[in-house]
Amino acid sequence: MNSLVIKNGRVIDPANGVDEVRDLFVAEGKIAAAALKDAEIIEAAGKIVTPGLIDMHVHLREPGRSDKETFATGTLCAARGGFTSVVCMPNTTPAADNTGTIAFMKQRAAEVACVNVFPTGAITKELKGEELAPIGSLKKAGVVAITDDGHCVQNNELMRRAVEYAKMFDLPVLDHCQDYDLVADGVMNEGHWSAALGLRGWPSIGEDVIVARNILIAEQVDWYIHCQHISSARSVELIRQAKKRGIKISGEACPHHFTLTEECVKTYDTNYKMNPPLRTERDRDSLLAGLADGTLEIIGSDHAPHCSYEKEVEFDFAPFGIIGLETELALSLELVRKKVLNLRELVEKFTVNPARLLRLKEGTLSIGVDANITIIDPERAWTYDVAESASKSRNTPFHGWRFRGRASATVVKGNIVWRETEIQSK
Amino acid sequence: MTTTSWNHKDLLGIQDLTVDEINCLLDTATAFKQVGERAVKKVPSLRGKTMVNLFIEPSTRTRTSFELAAKRLSADVINITTSASSIVKGETLKDTALNLQALNTDIIVIRHSAAGAPHFLSRLLKASVINAGDGAHEHPTQALLDAFTIREKKGRIAGLNVTILGDILYSRVARSNIWLLTKLGAHVTLAGPSTLVPRVFEEFGCRVTHDIDEAIRDADVINLLRIQHERQRQTMFPSIGEYAAMFGLNKERFARTKPEAMIMHPGPINRGIEIDSEIADCGRSVILEQVTNGLAVRMAVLFLCAGGKHSTEGAE
Repeated sequence: MNSLVIKNGRVIDPANGVDEVRDLFVAEGKIAAAALKDAEIIEAAGKIVTPGLIDMHVHLREPGRSDKETFATGTLCAARGGFTSVVCMPNTTPAADNTGTIAFMKQRAAEVACVNVFPTGAITKELKGEELAPIGSLKKAGVVAITDDGHCVQNNELMRRAVEYAKMFDLPVLDHCQDYDLVADGVMNEGHWSAALGLRGWPSIGEDVIVARNILIAEQVDWYIHCQHISSARSVELIRQAKKRGIKISGEACPHHFTLTEECVKTYDTNYKMNPPLRTERDRDSLLAGLADGTLEIIGSDHAPHCSYEKEVEFDFAPFGIIGLETELALSLELVRKKVLNLRELVEKFTVNPARLLRLKEGTLSIGVDANITIIDPERAWTYDVAESASKSRNTPFHGWRFRGRASATVVKGNIVWRETEIQSK
Repeated sequence: MTTTSWNHKDLLGIQDLTVDEINCLLDTATAFKQVGERAVKKVPSLRGKTMVNLFIEPSTRTRTSFELAAKRLSADVINITTSASSIVKGETLKDTALNLQALNTDIIVIRHSAAGAPHFLSRLLKASVINAGDGAHEHPTQALLDAFTIREKKGRIAGLNVTILGDILYSRVARSNIWLLTKLGAHVTLAGPSTLVPRVFEEFGCRVTHDIDEAIRDADVINLLRIQHERQRQTMFPSIGEYAAMFGLNKERFARTKPEAMIMHPGPINRGIEIDSEIADCGRSVILEQVTNGLAVRMAVLFLCAGGKHSTEGAE
C-alpha cells in the first residue's frame, strides 16, 4: 500500500530545480526513484504535480470551538483544496500557550486529521500580550513557530524579548500586525468606502506601524519575523526595503486581499469583514507587485471559520474572517493566468518558502521524503458551492464564483486523501 | 399627487435614490403637510397596517415623529426600545425582526447604532424597512425634511450654497444631506476640525474647509451638527470648550453671514457649543419648522413605501 505511480504529469519541484513532464514514484509512503510492482497508477497527463502544498495560516478552532471547525473538517477542507499540510493558529480556547493544549492538538491531528497539521504556540499567555508563554516548552511539545495571531503584542519591549527568546530555540515568530490604538474599533479599511458607509475605519497605518516595528526588532535581534496577512501597500514597501538590507523579515498574502477590494463591503455583507480588512485597488496592486518580486514569499488562507448565526448580524457585531482553504488554490492560479507569477513561483510560495521559514521537511519531492503530493488540473472549470463545503462553517465571499483550476488529487504520505471524482466535478 | 416615480418597499438611504424619486417624496410631503394643518389631522391611507418603531438606539424626536406620522395615516403603531426588548436577553436583530414579521407587521422603522442594520433587515424581511438612522451611515428622513424645509423657504435647492458645520465623520445626517443636496444641485461645503471633517469627503462632490469664517461667508443655508459624544473617540479634538471657540456659531460669526442665510439644526441642539443660544431662537432659525416638516416627510415615506398599490402587491 501507499505506493503510487503518477504518470505523465508536469512535475514542478522548485526545491530540486525540476520542471518537466515525467513520472513520479511513491513507495511505501515515500518519494522513490522507481515504481513498486503493485503500485496504483494515477494518470496525470495535462496536470501539474507538485510537492504537497502548505497553508501556514489556518484556524482549526479546536480546542474550544468545535462548532465552527474541527481537525477533521478543517483538514478535509485542506485536502479538497490541494493542501497536504496546514499550520494551525494558537487562538483556541484555551489558547495554545501551554504544552497540554499542544499535546491535545497533536493527538487530535493523529486521530482525525487527513493532512499533516503543525501547531503554532502563543507568544504570550492567553494571547494577552502581557507575559511570555513558555516558549521553550512549547518548542519541545512540537510547535513550529510562535504567534499571537488574532492579537498583536503591543508592548515593544515584550516583543523584542519574545523574539530574542525564540531565537534561542530556533523558532520563527509570526505576527498579526495591528496597532490597537490606531485601529481601535475599526471594522473596514479607512478611506472612501468607510466614509460613504459610515463604518469605522481600520487604517493601513495601523498595520504599517507594526510592520515597521517588526523590521526594527528583526534587525536588532537578527531573527526571523514573518508578517502575517499583509494588506497594505506601505507594508509591502517597508518589507521590500528591509529585505534588501538583509533583514530576516518576510510577508504573507491572503487570496482575499489580493483578489477583492474594500468596495465589496458596500452591501454590508459580513462575508467581506476580515482582519486586516480588504483595502483599495492600489493596495491590491501593491500586493500583486510584492508577490511578483518575492517581497511576499508566502500565500496563506487565514482560513477562519465562524458559525452562520455569528455572521448573520449587524456588520459592526460580526466576527472577522472567512473560510479559505477550498478556494485558495483556484484564486492563486489566477495570478499565473494574469502573469503576476509563473507556475514555479506560485508553487514556491506554497511549498519551499513556508517549509524553509518553519524548518519543515515538507515542500519537496526529494527521494526518500514523505510522499506529500498535490496534483493540480490547471484548466478545470468549476463553481464553488459553499453548501458542499467540507467546512463546518459557511462564511465565504466566494460562493457561486466560477473558477479555472483546482486540485484533482491530494496525497499525504502516499495515501490519496482526496481525489476529484466525476460526480464531484460536475 | 403622483406616485409613479416611487417603486420601493424600503427607504434605506438617500445615496441610491434618483432625483425623480427624491422629488416624488418631497412633492408627496407637500400634500401631507396640509393634513397636519387641518382640524382633523388624520387620513385613512394606512388603515389596517401595522408599523413597528424598532429603536435600538435612543431617540425622542424621530421616534415620536414616525409614530405620529403613522397615526395620522391611521396605521397601528407599536414602539420597541432596546431596554424593553429581548435584545437585552441576547436575541439577535435577525430573530427580533423575524418575530415581528411573524406578527404580520407591515412596516418596520429601525434606528440602530450599527451602520447597515436596515439593509441587513431589508434582505430578511417582506415588510417595508424604513431607516430612521443607522450608525454614522444615513438618516434619510432627516435629509428629506431638511431639503423640504430649504425648498419651502428658498423656493429651490439647485444652486444654493449649503454649509454643513461640525462633526461630519460620525454624522449620518451629514451623509444623507450630502447625497441629497448634491443630487439636487446644491453647492455643499463641509466645515469643522480636520479630524472630524477629513478630506475624503471631497470625493463625494463636496468642498471641505477648516476655516469656519470662510465656510459661512457665502452660505445661503447653514446646517449645524451636534458633536456626537456617543460615537466619538477621545482623540478627535481637545475639548468642548475649544470646539465652541474655534467652530461654534457665535454672534460675532453670525453677524458676518449673509442676511438671508438660514440656520438649520437636526437636533438635539447643544446650546452654547455648536450654536449660540440666541441664534437658535432667532428669526433666521428654522429648527422647529424642520420638526414640523419632518412629520409630513415621514407620512410621505410611509405612504409611498407601504401604502397604495405597492403594498397590496406584497413586497418582495
